[in-house]
Amino acid sequence: MANLHWLANPGRFLRIAKAVSPVLAGLTVVLLAVGLALSLQAPVDAVQGTPSKVLFMHVPSAWMSMFIWGVMAVASAVALIWKHPVADIAAKVSAPLGAGFTAATLLTGSLWGKPTWGTFWVWDARLTAELILLFLYIGYIAIWQAIEDPQRAGKAAAILALVGSVNLPIIHFSVDWWNTLHQPASILRDGGASIDASMLIPLLLLAAGFQAFYFTLLLWRMEAEIAGRKIRQLRLLSAQA
Amino acid sequence: MTRKQQRMTFVVAGLGALGIATALVLFALRDNIVFFYSPTEIVEQTVQVGDRNFRIGGLVENGSLQRVDANTITFIVTDMKHTVPVSYTGLVTSLFKEGQGVVAEGRLGPDGRFVASQVLAKHDETYMPAEVVDALKAAGEWKGN
Repeated sequence: MANLHWLANPGRFLRIAKAVSPVLAGLTVVLLAVGLALSLQAPVDAVQGTPSKVLFMHVPSAWMSMFIWGVMAVASAVALIWKHPVADIAAKVSAPLGAGFTAATLLTGSLWGKPTWGTFWVWDARLTAELILLFLYIGYIAIWQAIEDPQRAGKAAAILALVGSVNLPIIHFSVDWWNTLHQPASILRDGGASIDASMLIPLLLLAAGFQAFYFTLLLWRMEAEIAGRKIRQLRLLSAQA
Repeated sequence: MTRKQQRMTFVVAGLGALGIATALVLFALRDNIVFFYSPTEIVEQTVQVGDRNFRIGGLVENGSLQRVDANTITFIVTDMKHTVPVSYTGLVTSLFKEGQGVVAEGRLGPDGRFVASQVLAKHDETYMPAEVVDALKAAGEWKGN
């Protein structure tokens, strides 16, 4: 926790963020360009045919939708327990990004489901749990919008982030615990990945690209949020004077 | 105990209690969360389906798929232990084949035949290009269909 303490100072955090974000942005462009090029050349699945290409957008989006809520839950716990202002900000600015990835997961999944399963949507455990995740993100964003005082809003939102984290194992294990239309995991499974290397490598590159994309936007949005809070405080001070 | 430790204890205990509560709720609702029943559950009547609509899932038994007329097909759903015959009028996707997974929604007729109103194809978690499948089949190492 020592290094987290060190980053809890917004000024010091800003200096590091300004140095790291251009590197992350460059990494994002390279990973997404190479990953996209390789995924377009990758062969299609023998059973599914062309619709299997949706894999390359759907799976990284789905991982990000869960990963970002995980980041928000950890940041919220740090903010609640150690009162780190930077952790609070990290959780707040992550939510719209997570909501975007969740919407992308549901949309690409729907477009994938129609030609393969024969339906855009079913209420199976995996799909429903992912839809609940979208509602959790929207609820989390709504709390920040509804409560004006950032300290009180942060506390309420942090509790929702922690409570909502019970949904993450439910999403992941839904396909193992219950009968679902959605197939079980292809990569995070016993006995190794069941995706041929010709498709797995572009998929992992794109997943890394999505991660770099998220962290780039996270740092940019945190810088903007810290600047916004400074402006707010200066306005309050000048109004009092 | 400092304030910080108090808050940490509260967060950890809260999450633990929430996790247990969620697990109990999901365990209690387990029969309602399943998307489909297996042929075994229907044949051995471990679930009471009665007159209502429900879904049945399994594999399309090899050699069981028959086309009755232009729009109607019959096939047998199996879970390798029990089977249920199904008839269906409507469209299926190209993934629907013998040996592949299937989920059908409909009602059980008095003769034990399942009359489906919707048939969805289920695919598994393997992704292989056709050339790799052919190579594995040629080498005799292919485990799928």
